[in-house]
Amino acid sequence: MEIKPAAKYIYSDIELDREEGQVIEDLKANSQEPIPDPDQWLGEELEQNILLTTVDALINWGRRSSLWPAICFPACCAFELIAANGPRFDLARFGMEIMRASPRQADLMITAGTLTWKMAPNVRRIYNQMAEPKWVIAMGACAISGGIFASAEYAVVPGYNRIIPVDVYVPGCPPRPEALIYGIQMLQKKIARRKNIDVRKLLER
Amino acid sequence: MTISLSGKEVTAQIEEKFPDSVVESAQDNLVVKSDALLDVARFLKDTEGLDLDFLNFVTAVDFYDHFEVVYMLSSLEHNHSLMVKARCYDHENPALPSVVSLWQGADFQEREIYDLFGIKFEGHPNMKRIFLWEGFEGHPLRKDFI
Repeated sequence: MEIKPAAKYIYSDIELDREEGQVIEDLKANSQEPIPDPDQWLGEELEQNILLTTVDALINWGRRSSLWPAICFPACCAFELIAANGPRFDLARFGMEIMRASPRQADLMITAGTLTWKMAPNVRRIYNQMAEPKWVIAMGACAISGGIFASAEYAVVPGYNRIIPVDVYVPGCPPRPEALIYGIQMLQKKIARRKNIDVRKLLER
Repeated sequence: MTISLSGKEVTAQIEEKFPDSVVESAQDNLVVKSDALLDVARFLKDTEGLDLDFLNFVTAVDFYDHFEVVYMLSSLEHNHSLMVKARCYDHENPALPSVVSLWQGADFQEREIYDLFGIKFEGHPNMKRIFLWEGFEGHPLRKDFI
């Protein structure tokens, strides 16, 4: 049987591969430190002391009650997430039954699984495509620290927080659906406390 | 249950056609000289009575002083199997002939072996990394990889 020469395969474009490799190397070099929790960015005393309770409460209620997850399930934790979505655990009770195939329509990323450096630019791109405001739940040991693959540091990202800011960490290998649901409830409590109106900008006017 | 062919009996058959192509043979496997690998593989695939037309897997082992590439072959017609091995002693630029022209299933697996062990398969239509990115240094499943 005749095998076609490499140049005829569209996926054998070595220039494309080198470009991709360069992107990965750059991302790896620039992501050696974890990105801090977004909560720490809100530490201004002014914002803590002036409250716009009614508006905030309404907006936050709307946001936390319809969290739509983007699809980003690189590995086995995805099955616990699928189980959580199924009839037994029924995530739909919390207003998040819709998995969005398009990140433009999603505001939550549940990072269910090990992330390799080769996949990292794509996850970063999905995150960047999501509309603000957006949140991230790191699900499972691999998403938190690299998990059992942390020693294989040549290929595995040691935690999603190198790539994207993470709001809630759900430990487990993999976490039970109950744990994931508890993490989502924690995130909802976090959203409920969020200040949506920039007080400093209002005062400047 | 799949019957495991005797390496010694198959070796006798191979030696008739390709003398001195088998390095050693055991109860369930045989080790082929690397430059005769493609001829022997074609013989095993096409010979009446053997018909090893299915490649279960290709994998590799690092034994410090040499690499061993393992081919698991089966016959769907006769329901028997045979393990064929080939060794390469060159640690810097190990190379073997590719068997993609015989069993297409070897395509991605040979690329994986190239990616993780650095063994080049000559005649492979698309010999490049499959898991790790282009520009990655080293081959992680080698024993001397840090």
